[in-house]
Amino acid sequence: MTTTSTAAPRTGTSAAPRREKETGGALNVFSHAFLVLWVILAAGPLIWVALTAFRPSAEILSDPMGWPSSFHWENFSNAWNKANIGQYTLNSLIILAGSLTGTMLLGSMAAYVIARFTFPGNRVIFMLFAGGMMFPVILALVPLFAVMENFGLLDTRPGLMIAYIAYSLPFTTFFLTSFFRTLPTGVQEAAMVDGASHTRTFFQIMLPMAKPGLVSIGIFNFLGQWNQYLLPLLLNNEDEKSYVLPQGLASLAVSQGYRGDWGALFAGLTIAMVPVLVVYAVFQRQVQAGLTAGAIK
Amino acid sequence: MPPRFTPERVRYDRRYRTLDKYRFIVGFLAVPLAFYALFVISPFLQAIYYSFTDWSGGPVANFVGFDNYQKMWNDDRFWDSLRVSTLLLVIAPVLTLVLGMFFAYMITSGGRHRRGRAIAGVAGSSLYKVVYFFPQVLSVAIIAVVWGRVFNTNSGLINGGLDKIGVDGPAWLGGDETLGLISLLIVISWSFVGFYVVLFSAAMGSVPQDIYEAALLDGAGRARTFFSVTLPLIWDAVRTGWIYMGIQALDTFAICLVMVPPHVLKVTPVFLYERFRDGQYGYATSIGVVLLVLSMVFSLIVMRVGNRDRIEY
Repeated sequence: MTTTSTAAPRTGTSAAPRREKETGGALNVFSHAFLVLWVILAAGPLIWVALTAFRPSAEILSDPMGWPSSFHWENFSNAWNKANIGQYTLNSLIILAGSLTGTMLLGSMAAYVIARFTFPGNRVIFMLFAGGMMFPVILALVPLFAVMENFGLLDTRPGLMIAYIAYSLPFTTFFLTSFFRTLPTGVQEAAMVDGASHTRTFFQIMLPMAKPGLVSIGIFNFLGQWNQYLLPLLLNNEDEKSYVLPQGLASLAVSQGYRGDWGALFAGLTIAMVPVLVVYAVFQRQVQAGLTAGAIK
Repeated sequence: MPPRFTPERVRYDRRYRTLDKYRFIVGFLAVPLAFYALFVISPFLQAIYYSFTDWSGGPVANFVGFDNYQKMWNDDRFWDSLRVSTLLLVIAPVLTLVLGMFFAYMITSGGRHRRGRAIAGVAGSSLYKVVYFFPQVLSVAIIAVVWGRVFNTNSGLINGGLDKIGVDGPAWLGGDETLGLISLLIVISWSFVGFYVVLFSAAMGSVPQDIYEAALLDGAGRARTFFSVTLPLIWDAVRTGWIYMGIQALDTFAICLVMVPPHVLKVTPVFLYERFRDGQYGYATSIGVVLLVLSMVFSLIVMRVGNRDRIEY
């Protein structure tokens, strides 16, 4: 048993006032029950979907609460092939490969310059990026559509990637600017003295030093872009074959609702949810830090 | 120019150094700023302009003053959608923040007398935090599809469960507006509670232990400690969270579009999207402007109402 280093007397162990235990008992049980109940509520619908994905559609419709009698994998192959979930996943991966790389590269470049160099307009540019975080995407909906159309980028992969990058830049730049400011300046100066160019200093010295910050914001952007729904709905709605995963599932939900093939839909949802939840479980510390940093500015 | 190729004459010249620095700055900022200006700032400014025109997608947009706003004022469908959105804006933050605060308090301070500290978390608190956060990492579209199935009248999780105990569940998304609104509120709160648990846990974790010890010595119970110690000390986080949640509720779009059938109810962003689909571009942008103004007004009100003296610790 260790004591805290405060000057207060130890109120910990056996000397604790008994009074409190008696009054707190019922409340305690209730509160703990509530904590456990919310675990069931938070994970319940997701687990139900994953379990139901293994049952034939007819069974789901007659008894939605049942357990899988035996594991039917055909829902998954149906979802992957017939319902195009495989295609949608591939689309999402292609878009992410471009947009995430672009976001990280452009965001860190802009943040580095804003954080480490003094030049006229520095504050203004920083404010521009920071202000963009407060901005509701729905307002830009119509003009963005027109701008993309004018550039010939509507319903193209590069167009969607650029849109993802542009709307991820404000928070990425804001976050990385404050991160670059915390790094020591000595290393940068030493590199300059040794004859490294600005560009080289950035890529070989500063980026490796900023790795923890880059990982946090990288995961944040991965989740944000992987889950995007509004931008693809607006800019990528022409051809069903080009849908990204959330978009594909939303349209699948509508069409399967008519046909009653729930099994494939549940399997598709499971395919979409499980990888993201696994990534989150592995990196949960960074994800939580990154996501909540956005709210407390 | 890279140092290797810098001519000897100017290598140590301050002016050349400055020039080189600016070349680098411009080179690094050009692309990010161009993307940002073209696809974020410019649409935003255009939106404000187009809201005063009768633009419908063609090459011509005539300036019509406040016609769109007048049209909105007389449009019953707009008011219906705004009523739903306003209810979400008012109820969702209260519901979500209260739940989030309760869980966060239980997790950080619910246990007592463990590890010799005056106040500590309940057992398993890290597991709770991880699981509560699940909904936050899923796409809103996927959440909407999942809950659409959960609420399904005949073969959904809720009514299926109610059948088991012999209760006939209602048609959650079948046409009744109140039930539809309750469903929306449940889903929005469900998806954000985990976020606030993490946020408030972090805020509560930074409260010094000795304040809690003093409260404990003075005989404060758990509830008293929360209202007299914890809440005032994390008030800033509560206010920020309140504003953020209100804006999230007002921006609710995908959940309503995907989960709720159009004849049940609509939130204002969905109404905006439908106008855009109909090609009423000018009208749609003016609705967007109203939404922006609403979220600003809401933020200002919360700032005002929630203004307390900061407590330094």
